[in-house]
Amino acid sequence: MAKKTSKTAKKGEISIKNVTKVYDPTGVNVMAVDNCSMEIAGGEVCMIVGPSGCGKTTLLNSIAGFHSITEGSIHLDGELLCGPGKPKAEQSAERMVVFQHGALFPWKTLQENVAYGPTVQKAMSASEAMDKAGHMLADAGLGSFITKFPGEVSSGMARRAEIVRALINNPKVLLLDEPYRAMDALTKQIMHESLLETYDRTGVTIFFITHDLEEAIFLGDKVHVVTTRPCQLKKTIEVKIPRPRSFETQSSEEFRKLLVEVNDAVHEEAVKAFKAGEREMA
Amino acid sequence: MSNAANTRISEPQGIDMVFYRIKKNFTSVDPYLTVFGIFLWLFAYWVLCEGLQIWRFSKLPGPVAISKDWFAFEPFQGISIFTQEYYEHIRVSCQRILIAFGLATGLGVPLGLFMGWSRKVRDYVFPIIETLRPIPILAWVPLSILLLPGFEGPVIFLATLASFFVTALNAMLGVDSIDEEYFRAAGCLGSSKWDVFKNVVVPGALPFIFTGLQISIGVAWFSLVAAEMVSGDLGLGYLIVDAYMNNVTVPMVIAMITLGFIGYFSSGCVRALGNKLMAWHVKELAQQGR
Repeated sequence: MAKKTSKTAKKGEISIKNVTKVYDPTGVNVMAVDNCSMEIAGGEVCMIVGPSGCGKTTLLNSIAGFHSITEGSIHLDGELLCGPGKPKAEQSAERMVVFQHGALFPWKTLQENVAYGPTVQKAMSASEAMDKAGHMLADAGLGSFITKFPGEVSSGMARRAEIVRALINNPKVLLLDEPYRAMDALTKQIMHESLLETYDRTGVTIFFITHDLEEAIFLGDKVHVVTTRPCQLKKTIEVKIPRPRSFETQSSEEFRKLLVEVNDAVHEEAVKAFKAGEREMA
Repeated sequence: MSNAANTRISEPQGIDMVFYRIKKNFTSVDPYLTVFGIFLWLFAYWVLCEGLQIWRFSKLPGPVAISKDWFAFEPFQGISIFTQEYYEHIRVSCQRILIAFGLATGLGVPLGLFMGWSRKVRDYVFPIIETLRPIPILAWVPLSILLLPGFEGPVIFLATLASFFVTALNAMLGVDSIDEEYFRAAGCLGSSKWDVFKNVVVPGALPFIFTGLQISIGVAWFSLVAAEMVSGDLGLGYLIVDAYMNNVTVPMVIAMITLGFIGYFSSGCVRALGNKLMAWHVKELAQQGR
């Protein structure tokens, strides 16, 4: 697999070992993740697919440090993020999250949003951060929108700006939670190309949750199919399509074959999830 | 090419812009409807009080009687736009409102923000506020007169109290309304607690805060006038009661209308300030066609 080395020497190796998460919101224990293990190499694009509500986001939240875990451990580059005696990871700019519904601050312009991270971390002075933010947004094709508020630009632009906001911090890992959900196919295409381009440039490790199987194969080095709740790793499918990939890749024989393989694995889980849902309703 | 594009999108500047707005305002249908509405009201008022002199309404001064006195150099019943006394009442009431509204905002907004932000602060303060809030402002009158010396103290205290509750509660709800993801994003980006407060809590709660402030300035006027009626030596509320006691009805109505105009103006100021501070919010609403 052709992989470009990143400019800054960072790894971003995530190792998830036997992680279990039990929610107890109303006295009824709900097991969201059960003994789930996964190894994600540094600089890998790791796609997580699985039925709705299966605990994928719980896994992401545990890595990001939004949730605690009940058992198991998560390491980043050999360092313990969370595990025995430390149920909740600290939030840090080395693990940047791009949220499902978008979380650019609506009260800041795109440029102020991007400059926010380095400014509060005191990695740059406010004016340096604003300069760099302006340049990075321009590189992402948003040069003429830097003084706009997120509410004034399209959802695709906002999402691109959000990824820029994450990348300006030089994260080791980018955690994306269905970032392109509810986007039309054309916008999605552009988003994918832009993300792949970003990845080729930075080599950041990407942990990407999605429902879209074509997206998973097109972007990923590995596609991890997870089971319905509680979330466990069901199957890992390696995508050996060489990079850089373009949208023609999606019509190749190899791509189609992988799609069938992933689809089979996911479909079984989706049916189970559906039936479990029916049981809960009954 | 770029020049042509620039001239096409250029908008009128400075004084031209002002003229443009005035022209646009008068060529749209809205001001005519407003003017027509006002005349309709005045006409109905005139018919009731002066035209047909319907039972009980004949005791009230009609629009003709009021405007005769209001704009007279030497008003029959003592109050007109040419008497010093009129402006003295307005000045005193406005000054009290400024102090009361300032105090209520200065104390209420921070308290509300902290209540929304910190579970601990909320647990300490919220039950007490919720107990005190339903007590009608007039029920506080005796206590405030006992507690505070002079005329000014009780009046300002009462006006502050009412708007304080509204402001604090709205600021708290404003923080509650902020999406959890903004806090998470701020955390990821390496914010300290203080950064989160400055960059997420305050701006995120602003729309609610300003909704609260618009209500609270109305409530401040409401309770100020009530307070002035009970305990006061000057002010528009005092003028109303004083006129009633002396059986001069025209100044009473003049004071009421004046209160209406000043109240309208003051909430307009609050709204304008809010829109200035929340350009992002205004633009977002505009984008949705509102």
